[in-house]
Order: sequence, then structure tokens, then C-alpha cells
Amino acid sequence: MSDNIEDRVRKKVVEHLGVEEEKVTENASFIDDLGADSLDTVELVMAFEEEFGIEIPDDAAESIQTFGDAVSFIKANS
Amino acid sequence: MFDLTGKRALITGASGGIGAEVARALRAQGATVGLSGTREDPLKALAGELGERAHVLPCNLSDADAVNALPKQAAEAMGGVDILVNNAGITRDNLFMRMSEDEWASVIEVNLTAAFRLSKGVLRGMMKARWGRIVNVSSIVGATGNGGQGNYAASKAGLIGMAKSLAYEVASRNITVNSVAPGFIATAMTDKLDDDQKSKIDAQIPAGRMGRADEIAAAVVYLASEEAAYVTGATLHVNGGMAML
Repeated sequence: MSDNIEDRVRKKVVEHLGVEEEKVTENASFIDDLGADSLDTVELVMAFEEEFGIEIPDDAAESIQTFGDAVSFIKANS
Repeated sequence: MFDLTGKRALITGASGGIGAEVARALRAQGATVGLSGTREDPLKALAGELGERAHVLPCNLSDADAVNALPKQAAEAMGGVDILVNNAGITRDNLFMRMSEDEWASVIEVNLTAAFRLSKGVLRGMMKARWGRIVNVSSIVGATGNGGQGNYAASKAGLIGMAKSLAYEVASRNITVNSVAPGFIATAMTDKLDDDQKSKIDAQIPAGRMGRADEIAAAVVYLASEEAAYVTGATLHVNGGMAML
């Protein structure tokens, strides 16, 4: 199941940021490594919320900087 | 030109003179309209006049929870919100030195903070749709100031600054954020003035007359249209030349 969450998160990141799947690694920063701007990160969080049917509050959203951050937040909250 | 077929517009202050005219004009261009306001009766009357493609969405803009819930209610009623017109406004005029904290805060809350909350609420859908229009109805007073209206002028200038800042952030998503700044507009309130008072006002206006609500609505229609896609962060002054800004 955990692999499944990672795959789903990775798919959303690839879809939204138009990056190669291999680049979406555990420590890949959305902004520094994957070319996202701050508005892209807001949209990514929106996409995660819809994909997993969860609500990510603004303060938590700000702490989600990397692919790994996103996966661990979603695992802990879904 | 200015075809809004299929677009869904949420208008605050739709029970007032300008708001009702904005709703009529947007609907006439094909949009579905969500009529919001504090007083339900005039909203129902307007919806009755408009017929199909009009939804009544009462909301007290000084109630934060109600305001935050409004975008969702509008989206449920209309299937989404493509156009937001922050038109609602109140005045609590007083000399600055006599102005109470409450007079200040209540005007800022309804005129400016509600617009912030509603804009934030509709943006998610607009970002997803990669299309959106937010039009803030400001005032000439926001640019020129007016004695006795420190609170109102601050709120109206605030709308313009807020529109420009938000315009920066969302321009890349095809969402535009603009302001319309009416001058003196003939409304139920100005009808009560006597001829002498009216002619004094008219003398200050190069056009020689007060504006009509439909002339403000026309500016809103333009800014809400596809044709205005490249106009963002702008303030459209509609004041008969009273202040050429």
C-alpha cells in the first residue's frame, strides 16, 4: 500500500510539473530541483488533496517542500 | 463580443443599485449569476425578474464563517464560479477625529476583508479551470480621498492594492484581477438630493451629469470578458472625467 501512495504522489508531480519520473526522488525539492514556482506548489497540494481525499491545512502545506515530505504527510494523514 | 455564455458569476451586493445592474448585464451576456446580498427580499425580486440562470445566495459579509462558506454554496448552485464581482460595500461616514474603532473596523471588514475571503475561496476552482475573472468595485474615493470617509476610502484603495497583488500571482493561470472605480452614480440615495444639490454635484463633473449604474455594469462586463484577457491589475475609472487617473 505504501508503494501505491508514492506512485500516486509521483504521478501527480509528474503531471503538474512536467518533469521526468526519475527526477522525482525522495529528497527532490519541488522548487529547487523540479522547477516549480510557489504557485505550482499550491496547485500540487490541491492535487494531493483531491487525489487522497484529505485536507492539507496551510501551515502543513508550507512544510511540504520535497517529494518525501509529501509522501510522509499523506501517509500520516490518509 | 463580450459573450459570457456558460460562465458563472458570483456578485456581492446584488441587492443594491450597482450590483443589481451588474447582475443584469452579466446575465444579458449569457452568464449564470449568483446573487448575493444581506437582504433576501430584493435578491428574490431580482432573481424573479431575471428568471432562469439566476440564483439567490444570501450572505452577511460581516460574518466570517458565512463569507468563507459562500464560494462553496455558489459553486454548488451554479456548478462553479468563473467570475467574482466584489461589489458589496457599506459606509459609516464620520470625521476622522470622531471615527470610532467600530466604524473603522466594520467598513474594512465588509468592503475589504470579505473581498479577500471570497477571492481566496473562488481561486481554487479558477486555478484548476485555468480561467477566472475577479472584478473589485472600488470607488473614485479610493484614489482621491474624501472628507468624512477615511474608513471607506481606505477600504476602496485597499481593494485596488489587493487586486494588483493578486493579479501578479495568478496572471500565469489566465486569471485576471481588476478594479472598477465608479465616480458619482445616480442611485436611490442620490435621488433624494434636491435639484440645487444635484446641480452642484453635476458642476464638478466634466460630463455634466452623474453616471448610471448600467455604465458601471458595462465596465464590469468588459473586464469579465474573454476580450479583456490581457488586462490585469488595472483600475478602470468610470467617472465622467471627474478625476482623470
